Amino acid sequence: MRILGIESSSLVASVAVVDDEVLTAEYTVNFKRTHSQTLLPMLDEIVKMVELDLETIDAIAISGGPGSFTGLRIGSATGKGLGLALKKPLVSVPTVDAMAYNLYGSAYWVCPIMDARRNQVYTGIYDNRNGFSVIKEQCAMDILELVEELNEAGQKVIFLGDGVPVYKKQIEEKITVPYLFAPAHLNRQRAAAVAALGGLYYEEGKTISAAEHSPDYLRKPQAEREREANFS
Amino acid sequence: MKKNHTEEDVYILAIESSCDETAAAVVKNGREILSNVISSQIALHTLYGGVVPEIASRKHIEKINQVVEAALLEAGMYLEDMDAIGVTYGPGLVGALLVGVAEAKAIAYAAGKPLVGVHHIEGHVSANFIEHPDLEPPFLCLIVSGGHTHLVIVKDYGEFEILGRTRDDAAGEAFDKVARAVGLGYPGGPKIDLAAKEGNPHAIKFPRAKVEGNIYDFSFSGLKSAVLNHINHANMMGEEIGVADLAASFQSAVVDVLVSHTVDAAKEYGFKKIAIAGGVASNSALRKGMGLACEKAGIAFYYPSPIYCTDNAAMIGTAAYYEYINGARAGWDLNAVPNLKLGER
Repeated sequence: MRILGIESSSLVASVAVVDDEVLTAEYTVNFKRTHSQTLLPMLDEIVKMVELDLETIDAIAISGGPGSFTGLRIGSATGKGLGLALKKPLVSVPTVDAMAYNLYGSAYWVCPIMDARRNQVYTGIYDNRNGFSVIKEQCAMDILELVEELNEAGQKVIFLGDGVPVYKKQIEEKITVPYLFAPAHLNRQRAAAVAALGGLYYEEGKTISAAEHSPDYLRKPQAEREREANFS
Repeated sequence: MKKNHTEEDVYILAIESSCDETAAAVVKNGREILSNVISSQIALHTLYGGVVPEIASRKHIEKINQVVEAALLEAGMYLEDMDAIGVTYGPGLVGALLVGVAEAKAIAYAAGKPLVGVHHIEGHVSANFIEHPDLEPPFLCLIVSGGHTHLVIVKDYGEFEILGRTRDDAAGEAFDKVARAVGLGYPGGPKIDLAAKEGNPHAIKFPRAKVEGNIYDFSFSGLKSAVLNHINHANMMGEEIGVADLAASFQSAVVDVLVSHTVDAAKEYGFKKIAIAGGVASNSALRKGMGLACEKAGIAFYYPSPIYCTDNAAMIGTAAYYEYINGARAGWDLNAVPNLKLGER
C-alpha cells in the first residue's frame, strides 16, 4: 500500500510518501512562501528523488481541515487534480487527528492546538497511551475553556501546534495538571502523519472520490454567519 | 470516443475560476469549442447582493472536478488527448483563482502535460476569436465587465497596448450599484438592460464624464453619484422614481461614453476593426450603439455571443492556445496574481 500525503492547513507545507510501514519520502517547509508556490514543486522534488511513479500510489491522503481556509483549498485542489488525472481515490484525514498521530503511544494525553484567532483554537483531545484514540473530536473552542476541560479530566497532557506560541502564557497561568509542550520535530503538521493515518483509513475503506472532496472548515464564512445572525 | 487526433491539431483543456463561475472547456486549435461547461454561483451570491469571496472559493472547490470531467466528456475526449492545460491565474479574487490554479497544476503535473497561465482579460479579448474566424490582430478592443473597463489595442496575439482604463468604478460595477439603489437586485447588468427597454433614455440628463489627462480613460463614479442623488432627491420630494426611465437614462450615459471613446480611438489610430468583450459586452444598448457608430464610421464591429461575454473557460482555452503556440509555459510554482496587469507575464 502506497499513500501520498498532502498537508497545507497552516503555514506548514508538507508532502510525503508512505509505503506500508515505511516513510519513503517527506518534504516539509515552514516558511513564508505560499503553498501555491511550494506544494507542487516539493512533490515534484520527491517524485524525482525517490523515482516515484505516481501511477503506483493507492490513494491520496489530504489534511482535510480545519485550518487556513485558503491553505486547505490549495491542498484539496492539488489532491483533487492529482486524483482526477491519476484516477485515484482520496482520503480526507482530520487535520487535528493527524497532528495527534505525531505523538502515537504518548504517555501523556495529546492536545493539538491550532490558532484560530480571537482566543479560539482548533483542537481535540487524544488518549494515545495504547496507540491512538480520540477522546474529544476536533472542534473550534475558546482556549481557556479547553484548559478548564483538561483540568477537569485530570490527566497529564502534551500540547503541540501553532497555537502553542500564541497561547502558551494563558495555558501556563490556568493549567493545574502536569503538562509538556512538544519539541520542534513533533509540534507541527506533517504530511507523514497524514499519510500514515490516511493509510489506516484507506484500509478501512474510508475513501472518497476526488470530485467529492472539499475541506472541513469547521467554520462558516463570515458573510454567512452575519446573514444568519440578521435573520434570527 | 477518441477523436481523430492528427499531429497538427492542438487540444487545450482550460480552467477558469477567477470570480463566481467555475468553468472548464476543451478547445481545438484555438477557435473550435468542443465543450464549454459553466457552473454559475449567481443565485447564491444574489442573497448577499454581490460576490462573497470566501463563499465563491468554497463553491469552486466543491464543483471543480465535476466541471472539468463534464468538459472532457462533452468534448468526447480523454485527458490524455490534451496537448496542454490552460488556467486563469489573474486578475481576480485570490482565493477563487487559487482553486483553479492548484487544480490545473496538479492535473497538468500528473498527466504530464504542459501548463499555460492565462490572463483573464486576454481571455475576454480572445472570446471574439471563437465566432469570428476572420478576426485577427491588430484591432481595437473595449473590455467591459464587473471588474474591468479597458480600451486596448490588440497588437498581436497576447500583445496589448492599453489606451484607456477606468479611474474608479468598472462599468459593470456601476450597473450593479445603480441596480441595487433602485431595488432591481444583483447582477445589475442584465436587470438594468431589461428595465431600460421600457424607458426613455432622454428622460433624465445624466453627465457624460470627461477625465483630465488621458482622453481615453473612463470614470463612472460621478455618474453613479448623479444617479444616487437623483434617487435621493426624488425620495425627499415624495416623487415616484420611474425605474425604466432612470435605467434607460443611466445606461445611455454609460454607453455614450464607451462608444465615443472607442470610436474616437479607432479613428485616431486608424483601426478598421473594433471588438467588445466582457460581461457588459452582452448589454443590448452597447451592442446597438457601438454597431451604429461603427457602421457610420465604416468600421467592422465584432462582439461575442452572451455565453462568451460572461466568464467562461472557452475564451481561456482560446487565449491559452495562442500562448501555447508562442511557447509560453508556466512552472509548477505558478501562483494566483489577483492584480495581474494586462500584458504582464
